[in-house]
Amino acid sequence: MKLIIAAIKPFKLEEVREALTSMGVRGMMVTEIKGFGSQSGHTEIYRGAEYAVNFVPKVKLELVVPASMADQVVETIAATAKTGKIGDGKIFVLDVGQAVRVRTGETNEDAL
Amino acid sequence: MKRFTQSGPMATGLAAAALTALPTLAFAQDAAPGFDEIGPYIMTTLLFCMAGFLVFFMAAGFAMLEGGLVRSKNVTMQMTKNIGLYSIAAIMYWLIGFNTMYPGDFNGFFAIGGQTVLDPVGVAAAAAALDYAPVGSDFFFQPVFVAATASIVSGALAERIHISPFLIFVFVLTGVMYPISGSWQWGGGWLSEMGFSDFAGSTVVHSVGGWAALAGAIVLGPRIGKYGKDGKVHPIPGSNLALATLGTFILWLGWFGFNGGSQLAMGTVGDVSDVSRIFANTNMAAAAGAVTALILTQAVYGKPDLTMVLNGALAGLVSITAEPLAPTLFGALWIGAIGGVIVVFTVPMLDKFKIDDVVGAIPVHLFAGIWGTIAVVFYNSDASLGTQLTGIVAYGVFTFVASLVVWFILKAVMGIRVGEEEEINGLDMSELGMEAYPEFSKG
Repeated sequence: MKLIIAAIKPFKLEEVREALTSMGVRGMMVTEIKGFGSQSGHTEIYRGAEYAVNFVPKVKLELVVPASMADQVVETIAATAKTGKIGDGKIFVLDVGQAVRVRTGETNEDAL
Repeated sequence: MKRFTQSGPMATGLAAAALTALPTLAFAQDAAPGFDEIGPYIMTTLLFCMAGFLVFFMAAGFAMLEGGLVRSKNVTMQMTKNIGLYSIAAIMYWLIGFNTMYPGDFNGFFAIGGQTVLDPVGVAAAAAALDYAPVGSDFFFQPVFVAATASIVSGALAERIHISPFLIFVFVLTGVMYPISGSWQWGGGWLSEMGFSDFAGSTVVHSVGGWAALAGAIVLGPRIGKYGKDGKVHPIPGSNLALATLGTFILWLGWFGFNGGSQLAMGTVGDVSDVSRIFANTNMAAAAGAVTALILTQAVYGKPDLTMVLNGALAGLVSITAEPLAPTLFGALWIGAIGGVIVVFTVPMLDKFKIDDVVGAIPVHLFAGIWGTIAVVFYNSDASLGTQLTGIVAYGVFTFVASLVVWFILKAVMGIRVGEEEEINGLDMSELGMEAYPEFSKG
């Protein structure tokens, strides 16, 4: 099993979710995050004083899929989340040691 | 707002004198009094009641404005301060404030009054103060002004003050300081004898609140992290600008009552027309202040700053408050516009002096209040610059010094500032144990 972590632009979430579910993904977790990469910060002014805005809002997806599906999932996310402009995000793939479905107690691939 | 007589024994005496002068038929048991006899009383009472609840709603305005400009972790505290101070003001005003501020005959400087007593239930026309209004309507209209003064202090000192010393200060401000200084002008005291003119309270209400806030901000010190060692200013953005904007619009609405009600009479053609003039001028000044701040922040900073636009509208309102009746609409426009200019430049100025005013209360209420009091001379020929300045200085010295004394005593006796860790974690948890947004708070 593989854990896929992807940071994408927030407005791309719906498109990515749609594409993943139509290729067979049956679950994912989504968190709102802030981050920076090469999309560096900028300064703003509040009541006459400057301040630096270092982080940009992003959305983080985390999904665990059977290893056989992992490459296809990564490609789908990359293709749908891309805009071609700075800040499109990153995708990471990790190994997962164990998985359990809470309701039934099924483990590993049966839990996904 | 000029008021020399006070409802009660004195006014009843006046009414009795007026009655003996009227034809006896007017109050014969089989003929109801006509509009001429009781109409003005009824209309003036209506003005007081309506204006009173408009000004009351400014408490919601202040609460929303302040709540929106503080961080999420301090919102519950700010709300508690606002409802607390309003309620304390109302009670203190009944206990001693109202009669201290309107003592009737007094030495012109100082008189401690007793509790307020309302007219009896179903007061008959014969026993009523027909030249004015019932005690209840006057008493209802006044405390909302006191509460506004206390609210000003609440905004400036947000995010780092303990709740108890703050509320104790409110007791003293609303029960003692405001009524005494208010008596000098609206109670018929020495400043009104001198010809000082402050229609609805640019000085009596707004600058008093501003001076008390300034004293508090100096004694309390700035928030942790606001000013860096090298003099750099680190902005601390507010949590909800939609609430702040809502608050500003509510204050704008309430101000029609604040200024309009200060006509204190609506029983004649002239009076009711004056009330409409006041409404129109008040609105114009607010609009001018807002637009000026919009244009100026765009010009100076490259982008408009909503919080400054909000402050600009309020500064415009404060600026017209000393004389909302006499100016033309164009007069109200430029007077309000200058209020907007004052705010845009004095907000950063306070930062240079390391005076941390969270919501801009001092620029809006103190500096624009001083400007508004001076601006009276442009359209009101009864006022003179010298007298206006005398009043400004008198209120300033009294309120600032008295406030400093109270703040220092509170600081020595119980401490006014929360600890560093409490300030960082937020007053909601440390002072009240209650988050404003428990599901969304970042802690």
